[in-house]
Amino acid sequence: MRSHIREFDSSTLNESVQNTIMRDLKAVGKKFMHVLYPRKSNTLLRDWDLWGPLILCVTLALMLQRSSIDSEKDGGPQFAEVFVIVWFGAVTITLNSKLLGGNISFFQSLCVLGYCILPLTVAMLVCRLVLLAEPGPINFMVRLFVVIVMFAWSIVASTAFLADSQPPNRKALAIYPVFLFYFVISWMILTFTPQ
Amino acid sequence: MAAVDDLQFEEFGDAATSAANPGTTTIHIEGPSESPTHQPGLPRGSGGEEDDELLGNDDSDKTELLAGQKKSSPFWTFEYYQTFFDVDTYQVFDRIKGSLLPIPGKNFVRLYIRSNPDLYGPFWICATLVFAIAISGNLSNFLIHLGEKTYHYVPEFRKVSIAATIIYAYAWLVPLALWGFLMWRNSKVMNIVSYSFLEIVCVYGYSLFIYIPTAVLWIIPQKAVRWILVMIALGISGSVLAMTFWPAVREDNRRIALATIGMIVLLHTLLSVGCLAYFFDAPEMDHLPTTTVAPNQTVGTAK
Repeated sequence: MRSHIREFDSSTLNESVQNTIMRDLKAVGKKFMHVLYPRKSNTLLRDWDLWGPLILCVTLALMLQRSSIDSEKDGGPQFAEVFVIVWFGAVTITLNSKLLGGNISFFQSLCVLGYCILPLTVAMLVCRLVLLAEPGPINFMVRLFVVIVMFAWSIVASTAFLADSQPPNRKALAIYPVFLFYFVISWMILTFTPQ
Repeated sequence: MAAVDDLQFEEFGDAATSAANPGTTTIHIEGPSESPTHQPGLPRGSGGEEDDELLGNDDSDKTELLAGQKKSSPFWTFEYYQTFFDVDTYQVFDRIKGSLLPIPGKNFVRLYIRSNPDLYGPFWICATLVFAIAISGNLSNFLIHLGEKTYHYVPEFRKVSIAATIIYAYAWLVPLALWGFLMWRNSKVMNIVSYSFLEIVCVYGYSLFIYIPTAVLWIIPQKAVRWILVMIALGISGSVLAMTFWPAVREDNRRIALATIGMIVLLHTLLSVGCLAYFFDAPEMDHLPTTTVAPNQTVGTAK
């Protein structure tokens, strides 16, 4: 593996900061590509990392955050709420699949679930751009369509990576919480209304 | 049969001798005798025709032992909690179907749970119900107030945490109270049927399933439709609960038994009516005479 070879040459402590950052960024980027074009592969599971999920979660939470002016009224989710939902949702789903007898490690599952938020983050970006245009039913239909497509993409991607690690007669039990998780995130994205 | 022979493995020797006698098909481990004897008490099974019978008894003995020892891992290990998730997909579907179709005389616990209570169903049904109520309430309010010029849509995200608190408190604290109450009555009156805490949680969790489609259908902004839905859902899940707990209080004092069942149904009613009232605005709210909204629109949307 590349990292082992590097360790033989020189420990990664001596390399330049740019090398370190570029290596991690390339790993994250490679996993993004795997999510966007999901095939049954083990890359996400084998070299898991949590940088990607963190970047995606922070981006999503920042975009979903509303201005603090109307925080007294019943508004949309705040930054902390989105963060909590994403991370606690992912932890709960991981615990659920492990309790059902899946043979995936805790952090591998978190990694997959976090990376598969990428389509929904893209949907959020698109929705924010669409919302700059004139509001109306067409605006809403476009956003609905984009969110539905990206939701389906997330489900397909995460199922492709996670389904194999579940016991065969419990696959539906393990996949349903993933469906619920991405559905809730899609709902938060769809109902986002700017000021 | 010599005791010494019992301790030694004599399989190969016996196989040789029984192979020499084609009439017998048994291989005894205990002793050199070759005639098949029916010894259902022996834990070691012998080969041959009574194999199935003995192994059948063996299996049933083993399963009974295992059923009693199922949760033997200490509670701080992961395996202990895995025993609560020991269900397959078809089992979960069967339990959900059982909660939707209460058959009089059939006990949900005995029929479907059968000493394998799971926590998967209660937990995820409650989670789905929380989001179903919050999302449906939001959608319904949006549709009701759609024409009003002063209405600005808010996602009302706070209501998710409120719904979660209500639903999970109901699904866990009410079974706890009921279990405590039944244990207390059990110490006074000998009841034939008694449920463990997890079985009660299981029944309550699965009985809440009917409220998921009900919550989605509550989006329809018609008061009559909503109340009919409440009646149907309450009827189904209330009868599941009543039929499950009636055998547990039957032998008790008549009044206490009826009061228990009545309390169960009453709490269930409070939950459904309370959720309807809190999360779903009344459809007639928009034609109050004091609003500045154009009255033509409100009359149009009233019925």
